[in-house]
Amino acid sequence: MTVRSTWPWLVGMLVVACTSFFLKRSDIYLLSLCSVYLMATYGLNLTVGYAGQMSLGQAAFLGIGAYIGAILMTKAGWPFWCVLPVAAIVCFVVGLVIGFPALRVQHHYLAFATLGFNVLVFLALRNEEWLTGGTFGIANIPRPTLFGYPLDTEFRFFWLTFASLGVLMTLLWLLLRSPWGRAFAALRDNPIRAESLGVNITAYTLFAFAIGAAAAGIGGVYYASLVQFVEPGPFHFSTSLMMLLAVIVGGAGRFFGPLLGTVVIILLPELLRASTVPALQFMQKWYLVAFGVAVVLLMVWLPGGLLSLGDRWRRGRVGQ
Amino acid sequence: MAAPIIAFDKVVAGYTPSLTILNETTLDARAGEITLLIGPNGAGKSTVLKTLFGLLTPRSGEVRFESQRINGMDPRDLLGRGIAFVPQGRNLFGSLSVRHNLELGGITLPRGELTARIDEVLARFPRIRERIDNQASTLSGGEQKQLEVGRALLLRPRVILIDEPSIGLSPKLVQDVMALLRALADGGTTVLMVEQNVRTALKYSNRALVLEMGRLALDRPAGELLDEPDLNRLFLGGHARPAAG
Ligand SMILES: Nc1ncnc2c1ncn2[C@@H]1O[C@H](COP(=O)(O)OP(=O)(O)OP(=O)(O)O)[C@@H](O)[C@H]1O
Ligand SMILES: [Mg+2]
Repeated sequence: MTVRSTWPWLVGMLVVACTSFFLKRSDIYLLSLCSVYLMATYGLNLTVGYAGQMSLGQAAFLGIGAYIGAILMTKAGWPFWCVLPVAAIVCFVVGLVIGFPALRVQHHYLAFATLGFNVLVFLALRNEEWLTGGTFGIANIPRPTLFGYPLDTEFRFFWLTFASLGVLMTLLWLLLRSPWGRAFAALRDNPIRAESLGVNITAYTLFAFAIGAAAAGIGGVYYASLVQFVEPGPFHFSTSLMMLLAVIVGGAGRFFGPLLGTVVIILLPELLRASTVPALQFMQKWYLVAFGVAVVLLMVWLPGGLLSLGDRWRRGRVGQ
Repeated sequence: MAAPIIAFDKVVAGYTPSLTILNETTLDARAGEITLLIGPNGAGKSTVLKTLFGLLTPRSGEVRFESQRINGMDPRDLLGRGIAFVPQGRNLFGSLSVRHNLELGGITLPRGELTARIDEVLARFPRIRERIDNQASTLSGGEQKQLEVGRALLLRPRVILIDEPSIGLSPKLVQDVMALLRALADGGTTVLMVEQNVRTALKYSNRALVLEMGRLALDRPAGELLDEPDLNRLFLGGHARPAAG
């Protein structure tokens, strides 16, 4: 991915963000929610797409981040900005631990191991009522302030989330362009070859999980502050599955894959559902069916995801 | 005669506990020489290199590098000590560019040094330099082997372990690779090479070791073996091609 080819994406993101000047509150809320999920899917893309480590537990990290945010901001009265690094560090450490199975198993075994972790976290969130409020959750989570300026409206909070997403994406971009990025790619392509070159595959495997988890943990804090209420439901493993789908449909291991995937998988169905235009409402009814069929076809014909379409088209033109 | 820089002393190793591949293997390679390791398929030649490079831990016996025991040491540590390994088959990361492949080869180097080292290697391989931004998988077989060797040279190793470098290369390119290894050895680098292309390889080597069923069966100066009329029948099993002349 070159600097030049990122331009259209950045402009596109900015254009969508600027529609927030005209959208109604519920739509802006949706854009914020998308940005939150993007933090988690960008993390997941690092783990799955770039480093090649299967994970079905990303929603657990989002949940851990969200609950750390909820508990510290309500019960302990911590400010948002102090909670953020705590959630990132906790998720980083838990991510390191979750990376250990990956040192021994791969692919679907690893998928099950991470899925098990997600189920465990879900049960803990639901059953440890003294801490998490169980199924009742935790309410009245405040919105943050920035240098004393309250970011309490949907519009203001969206721009905070959007800007934070931009920072996170930039950091990941820099990481991926550094030797770390190459090491992750080597790990994904062939760990044994990587080891022969002196790549510390243990460290990079663990870091692939930890960094991906930290990104989701940060997303979780934004989630808590956005929704102002947390309960276990959104952190069920089905959310992990959806995030994995977003990464794969968009194009795993491509920088803007999660962006495209999240739009297709989260934003589009929500927009259709929220729409009042009859034709679009009709489409909403069939969206899931069409979506299911589309994913099947996509995986068969374009396993590299939507973004691999460009490559295929280019290759077709030079006639290979 | 140069001193051994690498030594196997009654090394027993295998991939599973029940199956022994190296069976009290004892051999050595001398500094600044090309030592050629030959033998029939499955004799354990690649296993010797893998054990040496820490990808396999010996069950007993001792592996020594410069008189120090290196049994089961990490590949990363061995790279740091000056041993590089070019395994059998394709070893590049095909989806990455040539430059990124080189950078990966230097991942254990301090950041500041890498660029200069890459330039140093590229000076040796003009073909690779021309294609520096291409995807590695688009290089020809010969170019890929050159890149692999170049990548191993980044760390300025004192010992290069190289497993069947001639596979898939045209006779001309085989000569090129051998000449390169010869030049490296003449410059003081020790080369331990496994090769099926025995006649060609012998011409460039100092010494030949024959491995059979995980044991050293013969240890002779390369020139002597080259004059051996029964070279193929002697120990190369069914694999060797009839001598062309
Ligand atoms: N990764 C592995 N796991 C299990 N057994 C292996 C593995 N690699 C090699 N072996 C077995 O070890 C024995 C020796 O293999 P090795 O690769 O060292 O032979 P070689 O002398 O290099 O042969 P070739 O000329 O075919 O490359 C063979 O019987 C092989 O089946
Ligand atoms: Mg072999």
